[in-house]
Amino acid sequence: MSTDKAKVKEVFTRGLIRENPIFRLVLGMCSSLAVSTTLIGALGMSVSVLVVLICSNIVISLLRNFIPNTVRIPAYITVIAGFVTIVQMVIKAFFPEIDGLLGIYLPLIVVNCIILGRAEAFANKNGVLISALDGLSMGLGYTIAMISIAFIRELLGSGTLFGVQVIPASIPPIMLFALPAGGFLVLGILMAVCNRIAEHFGQPKAELGCDSCAAYGRCPAKEFEASQDEAQTDADRKIRKAGARAKRNEEDRK
Amino acid sequence: MTHLLSILFVAILVENYVFVQFLGICPFLGVSKKLNTAMGMSVAVIFVMVLSTAATYPINKYLLEPNDLEYLQTLVFILVIAALVQLVEIFLKRHMKSLYSALGIFLPLITTNCIVLGVVVLNVQRHYNFAEAMVNSIGGGLGFMLAMFMFSGIRSRIEEANVPDFFKGLPITLVAASLAALSFQGFAGVADNLFK
Repeated sequence: MSTDKAKVKEVFTRGLIRENPIFRLVLGMCSSLAVSTTLIGALGMSVSVLVVLICSNIVISLLRNFIPNTVRIPAYITVIAGFVTIVQMVIKAFFPEIDGLLGIYLPLIVVNCIILGRAEAFANKNGVLISALDGLSMGLGYTIAMISIAFIRELLGSGTLFGVQVIPASIPPIMLFALPAGGFLVLGILMAVCNRIAEHFGQPKAELGCDSCAAYGRCPAKEFEASQDEAQTDADRKIRKAGARAKRNEEDRK
Repeated sequence: MTHLLSILFVAILVENYVFVQFLGICPFLGVSKKLNTAMGMSVAVIFVMVLSTAATYPINKYLLEPNDLEYLQTLVFILVIAALVQLVEIFLKRHMKSLYSALGIFLPLITTNCIVLGVVVLNVQRHYNFAEAMVNSIGGGLGFMLAMFMFSGIRSRIEEANVPDFFKGLPITLVAASLAALSFQGFAGVADNLFK
């Protein structure tokens, strides 16, 4: 029982800080950059992702013994798209202004790497309750990251928090932070801060390998790069050989 | 014609899918380290984007809209894209070996990419007709290619630069992307005046 408790605690705390989906695992970047100009938009996005993540983790975990391995990705996408459609309809019906803020990024939750990544890495190997907990933890981690990015961007970019004027209107806001460029800048700086903290605790830096795309478990582009390197060294060797041969011929002629 | 040209110009520069709309950030950051790979990925993205626009447009227009099934758009689009990419992969493997060896490896990566679904959803939301939708997809793909091309160059310089240790890798790349995004902001006024 005590090991169970330890595991529950481990799973729950992991997603919040140590494996924070945005700052540490570098998943789901598109939406985190796009809708973080206002705190309300960021919160709406986070709650949508949280709901979809928990629901899809539960269903995928329930179906994990029935889905054939070869068609698992399309099956996961179908499940996720179903939940995204439900969330989309609820938001359109009850919170039309949030729907306006999120725009196309709401349907794009379907292809958010966090959700497919957790399905692939966790829910298809673990029980229902623990998968739901993993979804909750990762979703809250995403929320923390989104809120911190949006807090900086809204405060500096428009001088407001949740739409309420905080910095007096006589001080002009720094437009840069409300622009797309500000999203990249704030995320980059926050990620550097997280790297510094991770370094302090002896953890590795945040990396975006092809592994963090998580969708396929293996990254075809990596193999491609390796084959390109090989081709390059092959070509180099051939050139060197040809050069040596030309030199020899010249010496023979002399 | 001017209208189509303006859509193309806006899609490539003013609303650049990477720097302004934040679509396709994962491949942009993940695969832009080498020029060869970056170009292969971009060509594959253009290819898949154009094909999926061509495939989803009639489905939406003649199947979903007349039957009031618009709420199924997300689900139908992503499944059509996934199936289409799988079909293209099989077809290329079988009949066009040379093209497959150049693009094949990137195809499965692109299925679950937000840039492809993003362009399809945008086309529907803006009520583009078929020609406009196709031009928008081509422009979006070219914009992606431009971003990848720029960044494969910038990143090889960054790797040799002396930046603080905890900024190395992703953070400094994001800061560089921020500067690039800022420069794309400058095109916003150009489009309005160029195609009056």
